[in-house]
Amino acid sequence: MKVLVMVKQVPDTATNIQIRSDGQGIIEDGIKWVINPYDEFAIEEALRIREKLGGEIVVIALGPKRVDEAIRQALAMGADRAVVVESSETLDLAQVAHALARVAQNEGFDLILTGKQAVDDDSAQIGPMVAARLSLPQVSIVIHLDIDVEHKRLRAERELEGATEIVELPYPAVLTAQRGLNEPRYPTLPNIMKAKKKEVKRVSFESLGIDTLPRIRLIQLTPPSERPEPTILTADPVETVKTLVELLHEQAKVI
Amino acid sequence: MSQGVFVIFDQNQGQVRHVVLEVLTMARQLELGSVTTLTFGANASQTLKVLGEYGADQAIFWDQEPFTRYSSDGFADAIAHVVPHVNPAVILFPASAWGKDLSPRVADLIGAGLATDCLSLRVSTDNRVTAVRPIYAGKALAEVAIETPVQMFSIRPNIHKAIPDPKTPTVLDLAPVVSPDSFQSVVTERKEAQTGVQELTEADIIVSGGRGMKAPENFKLLDELATVLGAAVGSSRPVADEGWVPHSYHIGQTGKVVSPTVYFAVGISGAIQHLAGISGSKYIVAINNDAEAPIFKVANYGIVGDLFQVLPLLTEEIRALKANN
Repeated sequence: MKVLVMVKQVPDTATNIQIRSDGQGIIEDGIKWVINPYDEFAIEEALRIREKLGGEIVVIALGPKRVDEAIRQALAMGADRAVVVESSETLDLAQVAHALARVAQNEGFDLILTGKQAVDDDSAQIGPMVAARLSLPQVSIVIHLDIDVEHKRLRAERELEGATEIVELPYPAVLTAQRGLNEPRYPTLPNIMKAKKKEVKRVSFESLGIDTLPRIRLIQLTPPSERPEPTILTADPVETVKTLVELLHEQAKVI
Repeated sequence: MSQGVFVIFDQNQGQVRHVVLEVLTMARQLELGSVTTLTFGANASQTLKVLGEYGADQAIFWDQEPFTRYSSDGFADAIAHVVPHVNPAVILFPASAWGKDLSPRVADLIGAGLATDCLSLRVSTDNRVTAVRPIYAGKALAEVAIETPVQMFSIRPNIHKAIPDPKTPTVLDLAPVVSPDSFQSVVTERKEAQTGVQELTEADIIVSGGRGMKAPENFKLLDELATVLGAAVGSSRPVADEGWVPHSYHIGQTGKVVSPTVYFAVGISGAIQHLAGISGSKYIVAINNDAEAPIFKVANYGIVGDLFQVLPLLTEEIRALKANN
């Protein structure tokens, strides 16, 4: 089983986001960059598939020089090798999806895994777009996966609002991982050392020959609106609860 | 010249999710021409009444085989084939699990730009639409425009008001094209969660607990408050990670991002990633024994106190209030 895992490097979720004065991006100074948390579930699932069925795991990432760190971490978790698409430009979602699809095509694979969304732009588009580009079936927001190697079929459980559904499909296919699929492992020290020797292939975005034009234009980023001054109650519980319920009922009119 | 708005959504036993009514209202308010809807599956045509109530001009129902079972590739292919016939300027999807799965696939098939999970849409002077969508789970807002002729947007639930505007929709008989190699992935089973559990992203009131709850069994105090309020129950990340509650309870940047009218944060200190996930709440009520907890900086109302004393009193007080109204 050859599994490709597409990972993105994103600011740690504990980051305070500050917007650049031109409104066209965020201030990156001092940001701690990590693997997108949902992509970690995808990596872990690939590792479990390899433990069960054997095969190879190739991590694919796209971005500037700093993504090397994310790649090293994925390799330290246990992926076999990596392909980095180098681009310092800000690319459109469709350009990214088409570049990743092209790399996947060049690599060959049985499965493509990625996170259900990246926690920076929150677009949740790359998985389905890669699947569409490659004319492959997809399942997004996967919380459980069974593989039937004999019939080359998958049975995936995906999360809906207040329900789940079972999706059956052949593979090759594209799956996007949701929290609950597994518990990602931490890299061990020996594996961190081993990762340093693993192969990282670099290709430039330009060399992939993607002629897709940008489809979305950022007009500007703005901070969310400020929250009003809080009313904090500190008296004895009976009093504060009475006051709170009055405020909610009469001032806010929400209960 | 493409014009009008094409609204694509799912239904279950003739019922649509509330977000569909919100999306129909937005579609109408764009005033870009007629509103055409498309929905799928057995009982699809039973939605005609509610579609009329919320101002759809035309409705397409694909209720025949193979559209009775959801298939992302099958549905996306058929939608891509029908889009030129409807010829819309704008396509809207609900940003539900269904819409999030299907819309990017459709977008790539028709080569259209898609902005997902939008909070609001605005028509600019040239009759093009700009959208505002949260990024970093709401730590920032992005205003975006779509550069392709067809502009696609998915709309976050629970943000826009649903306002009726009764019409009598025309049912369009546009037969779907089904490619023989599509419908590869097919939904074979649906498992409902226990009845009475509200979806957090659609809830009007949420009661949420954190580490301050001290133990999983204490969540029953939150359940009791939620029951009198008709609220959904959520949690912070650490208690979901600990297994006190299922992962589906987890609210925050790597969990559910919610936008209720009232969010009760009980025993939640307010880590940055949690605050991002609740920033769309209209009112935040914090109950915490630490007056310095960051949650109080974003709260509209706060009680500094022992939640084990406060919660039962609060439940009783609200029960009494409801009984008198």
